[in-house]
Amino acid sequence: MIHFSQVTKRYANGYEALKRVSFTIERGEMAFLTGHSGAGKSTLLKLITLIERSTRGQIIVNNKNLAKLRRSRIPHLRREIGVVFQDHKLLDDRTVFDNVALPLVVAGLGHQDTSRRVRAALDKVGLLGKEKLYPITLSGGEQQRVGIARAVANRPSLLLADEPTGNLDAELSNEIIGLFQHFNQHGVTVLVATHERRHIHRLNKRVLELKNGELIHGGDPQR
Amino acid sequence: MSAYVLRQLQVLVSSLGEFARTPWATILTVGVIGITLALPTLLYILVTNAEQVTSGWHGNAQISLFLNSDTDTERTGAVVARIRDHDKVDQARVITAEQALLEFKQLSGFGRALDMLPDNPLPTSIVVIPHKDAVTPAELQKLVDELTKLPGIDAAQLDMEWVQRFRVILSLASRTIVVLSVLLALAVTFIISNTIRLAVLGRREEIEIIKLIGGTDRFIRRPFLYSGTLQGLLGAIAAVILIVLIVQLLNGPVTVLAKLYDSGFRLIGLTAPEMLGVCAIGGGLGWLASRWSVGRHLAEIQPT
Repeated sequence: MIHFSQVTKRYANGYEALKRVSFTIERGEMAFLTGHSGAGKSTLLKLITLIERSTRGQIIVNNKNLAKLRRSRIPHLRREIGVVFQDHKLLDDRTVFDNVALPLVVAGLGHQDTSRRVRAALDKVGLLGKEKLYPITLSGGEQQRVGIARAVANRPSLLLADEPTGNLDAELSNEIIGLFQHFNQHGVTVLVATHERRHIHRLNKRVLELKNGELIHGGDPQR
Repeated sequence: MSAYVLRQLQVLVSSLGEFARTPWATILTVGVIGITLALPTLLYILVTNAEQVTSGWHGNAQISLFLNSDTDTERTGAVVARIRDHDKVDQARVITAEQALLEFKQLSGFGRALDMLPDNPLPTSIVVIPHKDAVTPAELQKLVDELTKLPGIDAAQLDMEWVQRFRVILSLASRTIVVLSVLLALAVTFIISNTIRLAVLGRREEIEIIKLIGGTDRFIRRPFLYSGTLQGLLGAIAAVILIVLIVQLLNGPVTVLAKLYDSGFRLIGLTAPEMLGVCAIGGGLGWLASRWSVGRHLAEIQPT
């Protein structure tokens, strides 16, 4: 599903965020990406969704070689990937329903299908009945669940999460991780970036650990 | 396909809703565009009307033919008959040398002095009024050339300088309109692209999020294109309404003036196709301006 081979990312100011990173995540797998802040977790996720492009090395996502993906095809790649952000990135002037519907509207889905899928996604995260509310009136945990509903609304085969439990207390963050587990059990490949070791120990899933841009645990053997 | 059409309609409705939410800003923008489009259109109407008026002035063009001094009355009659037969000639009238001298004595005030001349120095002449079909300067010039070749004709003079000058002024005005239209079209483009620029920057966060979840540039562009095109179109409609009002306002005095000249002339306003043309230009400029503006600013907004 995700394959990194000797990937290096150097920013324009010369800073090397990732150094020769190689790993593979199989279809249907769930993995944690961990490391201190600044270790390169966010950069790695940005490379997968082509928010950034790698400086060197090969990245294959869902059988697509990202280096060869034209700019005009990027939106289509992103539609196959659901992303959950630490700061939710919800639109405050739109209802919960409209926020969750956005990826479906963007993908050109019909009105009825959109409505059905939005309700299904909200049902999964336990927010059915709050679709007419505005995000600002919801608690932090609820907002994050709206974000998750939006990420899965278009039924992506890959789900990425960047510090999804960053601002939540232990109980809420357990709930959120539980949701990812649930989606993984239904066949979605999940990669969660987090610096909270608690979940990692609790769930016994595969762990990729970054340190100063180098993958020190869970990577492919060096060739 | 029907989902696509539905989506377009949704965007259209939401653009109109956006205008309704900010009525004051919309009125200002549409008003400025309306006035800007009305200016060249009004000039266009004035020139078309002026052309209409002068096209009825062919009677003012008259040709004077001067005969050789040795042409006698009989041969003069023959020449006049041939001139009257010409299909481009409406009337031809002979002014004999004696009549001319008499008229000149009366008008010039040299009566006594002229009496002292041994001979009448003036030639017999024929005043020709061209037919209504021969209106353009080129046609008139051709007629003059043909008449000059007739036997007994010494020289010809075309009295239409005034009409000609007026025509030149009109063609100058037409060209001014073209230049002015281009400038004002640019102004409309700038106005619309600026409002679109503000709209794009105001929705920066939304655009970033839409890009993150797989929205194409085309999808993001669409509402802005609708908004810009609608602004242009509404501005054009405002311009048409303005023009109709102005023509109404001017028609009273113009009719009175025309009556003083014994004319039934009335100002001609915009025809229906011309109104549609103004709307098409307004909408087209709106589309171009928003396309240009969104294209410039969309590339700058990238998710981080």
